[in-house]
Amino acid sequence: MTGLDPLRLTAREAKRLLVDGEVSSAELTKVYLDQIAAVEHKVRAFILVTPDNAAKYSTKVDREMQAMRGPLAGLPIAVKDNMVTEGVTTTCASKILANYQPVYTATAVRQVWEDHVVMLGKTNLDEFAMGSSTENSAYQVTANPWDLSTVPGGSSGGSAAAVAAGEALWALGSDTGGSIRQPAALCGIVGMKPTYGAVSRYGLIAFASSLDQIGPLTRSVYDCALLLQHLVGRDPRDSTSVEMPEPIALPSAERLDGLRVGVPTEYLAAGIEPGVRARFDETLAHIEELGGTCVEISLPHTEYALPAYYIIAPAEASANLARFDGVRYGFRCADPEDLTDLYERTRGEGFGPEVKRRIMIGTYALSAGYYDAYYGRAQRVRTMVRRDFDKAFAEVDLIASPTTPTVAFKAGSRTADPLAMYVCDICTIPANLAGLPAISIPCGLSDGLPVGFQLIGPAFSENRMLEAAHAIEGAVGFDTAPQFTGPGARPEAEGWTPGEITYRPEDAQS
Amino acid sequence: MNSPSRAWEPVIGLEMHVELDTQTKMFCGCAVTKGDEPNLHTCPVCLAHPGALPVVNRRAVEYAARIALALDCTVQPRNIFHRKNYFYPDLPKAYQISQFDAPLATGGSFEYWVDGELLRCRINRVHMEEDAAKLIHAGGDTGRIAGSDYSMVDFNRGGTPLIEIVTEPDIPSPEAAREFLQQLRNLVVELGVSECNMEEGQIRWDANVSVRPQSSAELGTRTELKNMNSFRFLQQALDAEIPRQIEVLEAGGKIDLETLHFDPDTGTTTPLRSKEEAHDYRYFPEPDLVPLEIDPAWVEELRATQPELPEARVERFMAQYGLSRADAAVIGSAGALAAFYEEVVAAGAGAKPAANWVMGEYLAHLNAAGLEAGHGHVTSERLAKLVKLVEDGTVSTSAGKEVFALMIEERAEPEAVLEQHGLGQISDISELEAIVAEVVAGNPAQVEQYRGGKQQVIGFFVGQVMKASGGRANPQVVNDLLRRALDA
Amino acid sequence: MISEDDVRYVARLARLRLEPDESSRMTGELAKILAHIDKMSELDLDGVPPTAHVLDVVNVTREDKEQPSLPREEALRNAPAVSDDCFRVPRMS
Repeated sequence: MTGLDPLRLTAREAKRLLVDGEVSSAELTKVYLDQIAAVEHKVRAFILVTPDNAAKYSTKVDREMQAMRGPLAGLPIAVKDNMVTEGVTTTCASKILANYQPVYTATAVRQVWEDHVVMLGKTNLDEFAMGSSTENSAYQVTANPWDLSTVPGGSSGGSAAAVAAGEALWALGSDTGGSIRQPAALCGIVGMKPTYGAVSRYGLIAFASSLDQIGPLTRSVYDCALLLQHLVGRDPRDSTSVEMPEPIALPSAERLDGLRVGVPTEYLAAGIEPGVRARFDETLAHIEELGGTCVEISLPHTEYALPAYYIIAPAEASANLARFDGVRYGFRCADPEDLTDLYERTRGEGFGPEVKRRIMIGTYALSAGYYDAYYGRAQRVRTMVRRDFDKAFAEVDLIASPTTPTVAFKAGSRTADPLAMYVCDICTIPANLAGLPAISIPCGLSDGLPVGFQLIGPAFSENRMLEAAHAIEGAVGFDTAPQFTGPGARPEAEGWTPGEITYRPEDAQS
Repeated sequence: MNSPSRAWEPVIGLEMHVELDTQTKMFCGCAVTKGDEPNLHTCPVCLAHPGALPVVNRRAVEYAARIALALDCTVQPRNIFHRKNYFYPDLPKAYQISQFDAPLATGGSFEYWVDGELLRCRINRVHMEEDAAKLIHAGGDTGRIAGSDYSMVDFNRGGTPLIEIVTEPDIPSPEAAREFLQQLRNLVVELGVSECNMEEGQIRWDANVSVRPQSSAELGTRTELKNMNSFRFLQQALDAEIPRQIEVLEAGGKIDLETLHFDPDTGTTTPLRSKEEAHDYRYFPEPDLVPLEIDPAWVEELRATQPELPEARVERFMAQYGLSRADAAVIGSAGALAAFYEEVVAAGAGAKPAANWVMGEYLAHLNAAGLEAGHGHVTSERLAKLVKLVEDGTVSTSAGKEVFALMIEERAEPEAVLEQHGLGQISDISELEAIVAEVVAGNPAQVEQYRGGKQQVIGFFVGQVMKASGGRANPQVVNDLLRRALDA
Repeated sequence: MISEDDVRYVARLARLRLEPDESSRMTGELAKILAHIDKMSELDLDGVPPTAHVLDVVNVTREDKEQPSLPREEALRNAPAVSDDCFRVPRMS
């Protein structure tokens, strides 16, 4: 048991150990809690760690393991803090929800709780999932365990860093424009965004309703499939959720014979760093070695995807975030004079600058006289982006690209210019606009930092994508352990303490 | 009376909101209730907690479609929801899920009676949305916003299904507006989709009103009148606003497109201080809901199972029971009374006598006792029996009314009342002959008058005989006997 | 492009109190972002329908059947201000 390496252990292996009785869930959980104790001060992946819940629940799982023999039982997980968890404060990394005590649990989280995972805590994110570095969190900046002076990516930076740093076996994140895939790429782990509608959004604090999806961040493609199996399913509480046409299968492919992979020229023109490009090309070579064919394709409207996203997402967000008004829950400004003062100061003080920027853009884009020019137009561009993909998938089975143009960048290097941050998502955004599944797997290092390789598939092609990713993963042979080099993480944001760890004396997961 | 001067005519349109009588709210499974303690019927969805999502109540769609069909609207093959964005404490999401450019139904009409004339008002649209929560203003004198110190929000009502009905500006007068609303309300109640209880605010309306020169086809600038929560106030508000507009225009001014708040105490309208900068609602399609595609077969099924509507029933009563339009309208407009009447007829009473009794004594009883038709203290079977007893002469009409009153008091069958109180009609010739003889003998002066040519004096004698018989004498027989006695 | 007056108007619509320096800074930032977004106007999108929903799903509805509501203490648990079992807000006029 002492041989367990949290930096490398997969869920698949951990499950085998549990089933074979070589380790108990309590012992396994302790491995991660110990790692959190060892490195969390450097990484700051968690807004809240719930050690009591984890210890108690894992012990319960051990006691009742006969009854809890399911595939996920006893495995420790971290959950991004934009999914509501009854019994555990949920902040969305915002001041405006600093003390929010959910009255229900998100469906996707409830599904894995019901499969008896052990929750370790809630991870850091960019406030309201708006960002690509976690630097927009109102609480703390998370550091990339590969180089602590760099960002882990965002918005699911906390989940990605936690998994990469061995502080969690696997984690849940959410992806609106790349928020699972981009941090997975920067942290050298696997991250997947399912087809829109595959996983329930009920309980996911909404950013952009037509783009958001919950997905796994894991150390291996197999783990990703395993977790995804337990996340999918039509939820009667989410009108936009659908049943997968076939169940998620656990991948085993080692070859890619007959697979046609398209490489969009437009994505390669998007300012891809040489090191990233090199790893990408090597991975394409692996695909060919495994029997696949790589061809150049065109997705002509790619350059319009980013501007369209930066209208659609903020527009929907401006409405989704309007409920944060100090009336029913969350932060309320001190001594409001009247209703208008309550609204304006609560929101002015409660939201961070990036959130405010996006609310402003979104409100502007929807306001009288501008709808057709902005929102209306963006939704038409969206149709063109979808049509590009439809045409491409008539020729190829999957599309490949680098996940991000660069490797992890230095904290603070892009915060002065919002646009500089937005371009991180140039390769990930189109899949959200089209509602397509996409996965990022690590494909090598560049200057010591991980590079991500992205596959995009047609709607509901998760199984084919997971098989291909699995085979590529095998060929690449990436060693997922970070080095924890570089100066420590930047200090926490001033004047903020996250809420209580749990607000109920009994377990969150009882 | 405020009638517009000869040169001008009013143009009125109405926008009505009707709360549906479904079990649950529009977008969540909380119960729709009335008058409960605050905040007992809420959930993450209708409290707009982070992460909550709406799901459409299919019965609300059915009820909305029934309203649309009853108004002869075209139910659109595809409709979607939109977000209507604004901040107000009774709107927890800070947007209302409503419908904008793709509503459930468009283009219908409603015919209604005003003073014996049948008018027709075109319906622009029928759409679905959710109701706001309830606001209570505290600390001031009046319970209104102005002067209050703080306010309180009760979310029980928030999320109740709401149907919006918008008319074209086809209503020609304040009286017509009142009639339109009253009759539309009846229609909606008849459909069984809403109780339209006005005290509970289950039906609410705003009026748009403008004036124009009588010959003109163009519309003048309109004002929007709000806060009229009775039909009377609607008429009052219009009666106040129309002359005001005429006065302004005749003085050379122009009407501002504004919202006016009706004050029931003064009976006047005052401009509302704009609280939402001309309402930039930033409508966009609701991403959390998918479109509704309406199957024409389902629409036909609804049409085939629509409850009988008032106008159709009135026509049927005229044809089937030979009633006059006026009588048919009284009995046939409201479903409960109509159903009661038909039961009375089905139990064997004649159609016309039954109508008289239902319109007369029965309705009076309901009004006095504050009861709904069918829930009075006389069942349809018992009333039918009474009607038949009067028809066949066992009871006189006037005694019958007494019997009716006793049936209510004693909750008894008519035969039982007759027996107990000896109210049966006396038709026995010998008994009546004796009374007639007594009356004739006792009133020689009137006998003289009658024999002197004043035939109408017979009425006096009939009255005396009725009095002597305790109202139970058969008037027909009495009449014959009297004539025989007096003409002799 | 977007003026500081526009920014103030939009901030009011969105109920965001912006300090004067915030307001001027944001004007610059938003102008830059909007300039980038203007790239979309290059495209000819005549006849292209908007995508409101990526899913090809219609008619998702639920039965009109009561589900348990929150107990009132739960509903009010997070309320910043409560009065007579209601959510309390400051004066509205």
